[in-house]
Amino acid sequence: MRSLKLAVNGTPVVREVADNRLLVDFLREDLKLTGTKESCGVGVCGACTVLLDGNPISSCLALAVHADGGQVTTIEGVAEGDRLHPLQEAFLAHGGFQCGICTPGQILAAKALLEANPHPTRAEIQYWMMGNLCRCTGYYKIIESIAAAAGAK
Amino acid sequence: MVPFTYLEASSLDETLELLAQHGDEAKLIAGGTGLVNLMKQRLVRPGFVIGLRALKPLAGIVEDRGLRIGALATMQSLEGSPAVRRHAPLLAEACRHVATVRVRSMATLGGAVAHADPNLDTPPALIALDAQIVARSGRGQRKISVDQFFTGYFETVLEPDEMVTEILLPPQPAGSGTAFLKFLPATQDDYATVSVAARVALGADGAIAAARVALGAAATVPVRATAVEAALAGKTADEKTFHDAAPLVLEAIDPIADFRGSAEYKRKMAIVHVRRALAEAVAHADRLA
Repeated sequence: MRSLKLAVNGTPVVREVADNRLLVDFLREDLKLTGTKESCGVGVCGACTVLLDGNPISSCLALAVHADGGQVTTIEGVAEGDRLHPLQEAFLAHGGFQCGICTPGQILAAKALLEANPHPTRAEIQYWMMGNLCRCTGYYKIIESIAAAAGAK
Repeated sequence: MVPFTYLEASSLDETLELLAQHGDEAKLIAGGTGLVNLMKQRLVRPGFVIGLRALKPLAGIVEDRGLRIGALATMQSLEGSPAVRRHAPLLAEACRHVATVRVRSMATLGGAVAHADPNLDTPPALIALDAQIVARSGRGQRKISVDQFFTGYFETVLEPDEMVTEILLPPQPAGSGTAFLKFLPATQDDYATVSVAARVALGADGAIAAARVALGAAATVPVRATAVEAALAGKTADEKTFHDAAPLVLEAIDPIADFRGSAEYKRKMAIVHVRRALAEAVAHADRLA
């Protein structure tokens, strides 16, 4: 067991975890932050995307200890109270989701994109978001949502 | 996930001590994108996992005639580094093709080398760029030419107490151009069906002075196609030369059949992509006056 100290969605967290605990399990099971979804479990699908110190990562491939001392952002930390993030508003307005399983990962990946590049071209959105899979929307609505959020900023 | 004891030290020397102590039973973890997958599938069961998070100085990228790249530099930092784009656009291009943004933000160049998965994108680029791998242990330091580094599927010349600390790129020859082609018939984030990295240096007369060609996903190790290189030396840099030299890649590769294609298909695609990579590298070369 190891003691972890980190910030999750801006809140300080101190927890004991097993050495081999994965970040996705730490978030979902230990902290009950079940907005982060696990799907493929091998770092391909993007459902488990969270931000570690602002960078998008696959929480299914990261050890919890990797986040020790860091800042983790999950979907629960994207809105400010009742005020949705512009990306969340845009996904609602433009139909950027259907079943919703991939959406937390899509929003976090897109949030990292807009922080690194506030006005991405369509090609830049496609390159960045390529690893976040969606089996419902056909991607057009997701790209439209992100472009709209970038325009709104 | 397999059980293991996680260890971490605050300095390189202490990390090397831990490695010396646990050797065969230990695995180093940087970004973890390779190792964690293997541990989740129970293909690797290390007793100890040694974290490198505290070794921040090993993430540097320094111009030193060529480039000194710290083993912990991420794919993302290399892809965006002006120094890498200037000295080794081939490496920046290979990093740009690695998996997804989530993998690029975690995976490190030292990790890609030490992991020795023959399907990775950066090792062929390092071979084409004539890189050297710096390995350290408590016993000292040695430099290994990258084309001598890989010995088998997920195997390298590293001793159990050695760690990759730096990757050195020499200054690139005058008049050289490079290209990296990753053949991806299925999805954009996949491993290559075959990848080719090429560096071609043109002489003052416009003929090929020297060439280096390496392939990924084409054998149990990233391979250098020395027969292709030899066939190019001294020749005119034109389509006929590339067309004649490319089939010699078959001497270097031994692809396996998998869901990315049959072995025969991969051999054909290797020839096609070597030819295209050579043409693209030459198109990028600055001809000497």
